[in-house]
Amino acid sequence: MINISEAFKDHKAFIPFITGGDPDLETTKKTLLALQEAGADLIEIGIPFSDPMAEGPVIQDADERALAGGCTTDLLMDAIKEVAPSMHVPMVFMTYMNPVYTYGKEKFMERCREIGISGVIIPDVPFEERDELSDVCKKYDIAQISMVAPTSEERITTIAKESKGFLYCVSSLGVTGVRNEITSDVGAMVNKAHEASDIPCCIGFGISNPEQAAKMAAVSDGVISGSAIVRIIGEHGKDCVEPVRAFVKSMADAVHAQA
Amino acid sequence: MGTKGRFGPYGGQYIPETLMNAVNELEEAYEHYKNDPEFVKELNDLYRDYAGRPSLLTYAKKMTEDLGGAKIYLKREDLNHTGAHKINNCLGQCLLAKKMGKKRIIAETGAGQHGVATATIAALLGMECEIFMGEIDTERQALNVYRMELLGAKVNAVKTGTRTLKDAVNAALREWTARIDDTHYCIGSVMGPHPFPIIVRDFQKIIGEEIKEQILKAEGRLPDAVLACVGGGSNAMGTFYDFVPDKEVRLIGCEAAGEGADTPRTAATVATGKPGIFHGMKSLFCQDEYGQIAPVYSISAGLDYPGIGPEHAELFRTGRAEYVSITDDEAVDAFEYLSRTEGIIPAIESSHAIAHAIKLAPTMSKDQIMVVTVSGRGDKDVAAIARYRGRDIHD
Repeated sequence: MINISEAFKDHKAFIPFITGGDPDLETTKKTLLALQEAGADLIEIGIPFSDPMAEGPVIQDADERALAGGCTTDLLMDAIKEVAPSMHVPMVFMTYMNPVYTYGKEKFMERCREIGISGVIIPDVPFEERDELSDVCKKYDIAQISMVAPTSEERITTIAKESKGFLYCVSSLGVTGVRNEITSDVGAMVNKAHEASDIPCCIGFGISNPEQAAKMAAVSDGVISGSAIVRIIGEHGKDCVEPVRAFVKSMADAVHAQA
Repeated sequence: MGTKGRFGPYGGQYIPETLMNAVNELEEAYEHYKNDPEFVKELNDLYRDYAGRPSLLTYAKKMTEDLGGAKIYLKREDLNHTGAHKINNCLGQCLLAKKMGKKRIIAETGAGQHGVATATIAALLGMECEIFMGEIDTERQALNVYRMELLGAKVNAVKTGTRTLKDAVNAALREWTARIDDTHYCIGSVMGPHPFPIIVRDFQKIIGEEIKEQILKAEGRLPDAVLACVGGGSNAMGTFYDFVPDKEVRLIGCEAAGEGADTPRTAATVATGKPGIFHGMKSLFCQDEYGQIAPVYSISAGLDYPGIGPEHAELFRTGRAEYVSITDDEAVDAFEYLSRTEGIIPAIESSHAIAHAIKLAPTMSKDQIMVVTVSGRGDKDVAAIARYRGRDIHD
């Protein structure tokens, strides 16, 4: 298992997101390797959920495609375990609490460790409910990554102090998805978090082109992009690997160019 | 677990960070206004002068005689303005939202009853209103869609997932995440993140309080059993709450079995669900072994929900309340039975409670008393029931 801090060692991090099993697990395995080759510093893998309440339409559709294709938590974990020996960048899971809870929190984290997953992002577990997972995460050394949003205000300090791995800074109100411009002052959010903690702060939600990525990287430690990549996978299906690689390379280059 | 809004292990606040300050602000406002004499008076005046409370407690004489067992009383929430118990909660929440300075109300709806009640109160209080309703539900409850539009609300047909109530909740939650400043999400049942299960229960508990007062006046004693249908569980929680300390009163929730609790076409959460975390709360949910929320089915769009409020989950866990499942067939029979026997057309949701009363009353003695909450009136269901019986009539 690779420590998340590796992602921030040399330069600012580019963090692509894909939904596991979309359109199938073979493609997911190939895509993971392509993301790494294209310059990803950390990879976020979504475990598909029937009701992803923090996602916009692009990732909702991906979750539906993955589930319709027969992807389950176990099958996705098996696929990741197969590629893990070839991966030198850390991987984290992004999913909702119910798939984790129903799988068994202990069993879930134990398997994460076994297959080379370094952290988890669970958007429906806010600071108030973090104890739901903190003990099992600690036990298996899985980073429990917290989120802050434009509405967090005075909560940012407390949350930043508790987050593990990195702090996920949500750029805008609403759900995930491509945005033409990001209007909230994310830079201020990152500064406030940095005052409280030296944890790396990464900005996500709505970042869909290299210009935006460069702009966001300039005010943070890393940039997360999901819907823009998942949209390419949706368009190209099994043939998505090369177009994803090209897009991710352009994003990673833009982020890495920021000092 | 020391987190907020717990009912035993259930409840909590499992929502994205973006919404946390909004629910905290709501909790603070509710804690303030619930004890504010002016707010309480304003709400009680609206209950009386606008909604038509107290609702009647009707002795169902013919039904009692026909079934030959317990004496049956019906709590007539169907007689409220807008024809269901939903207005109790909408009046409370919308008034609270207005005091909080919100200008816009959003809500989910299944059968359309909560949507209609929300649109009604938004019109009354001069607030903007947007309703989220599963596309399938907009088709089977087309009349209610038009009714909401007539009341000035915008109705969004939700085309994601199973296109029913749970997807409408997802859509409303997503919308709330995008626009919090001026918007209040008026959740329609005793579900979601804290403080919603408590707020909705408190605005609905007037049902049980009135029953208690009315039955003491009519019979001089408490009933032996109270029955109500359960989807998310707001009319049942409102009916039960005041009786929870009265251990001699049986509390019976009637959930929708659809084609049968042993078939995949069911919405019987207590009978078939498992503990889980979804829609902001830890509770019981219909789901598969990987925690994917199950597509549920019931003839009743209002009970067609894969979960149950956390306080019900706890009443079940502790054994204080019982939960039974009623099939579509039984509910439709009860719908027709009450119409014919008492001249009251109940909502198909409420018909699930009537159906259990029909089973239970004959097993009880004539000196026992049962109260059944008729949560709404059935006018909205007439066309669907006709279709169920093979007669195609226009809505």
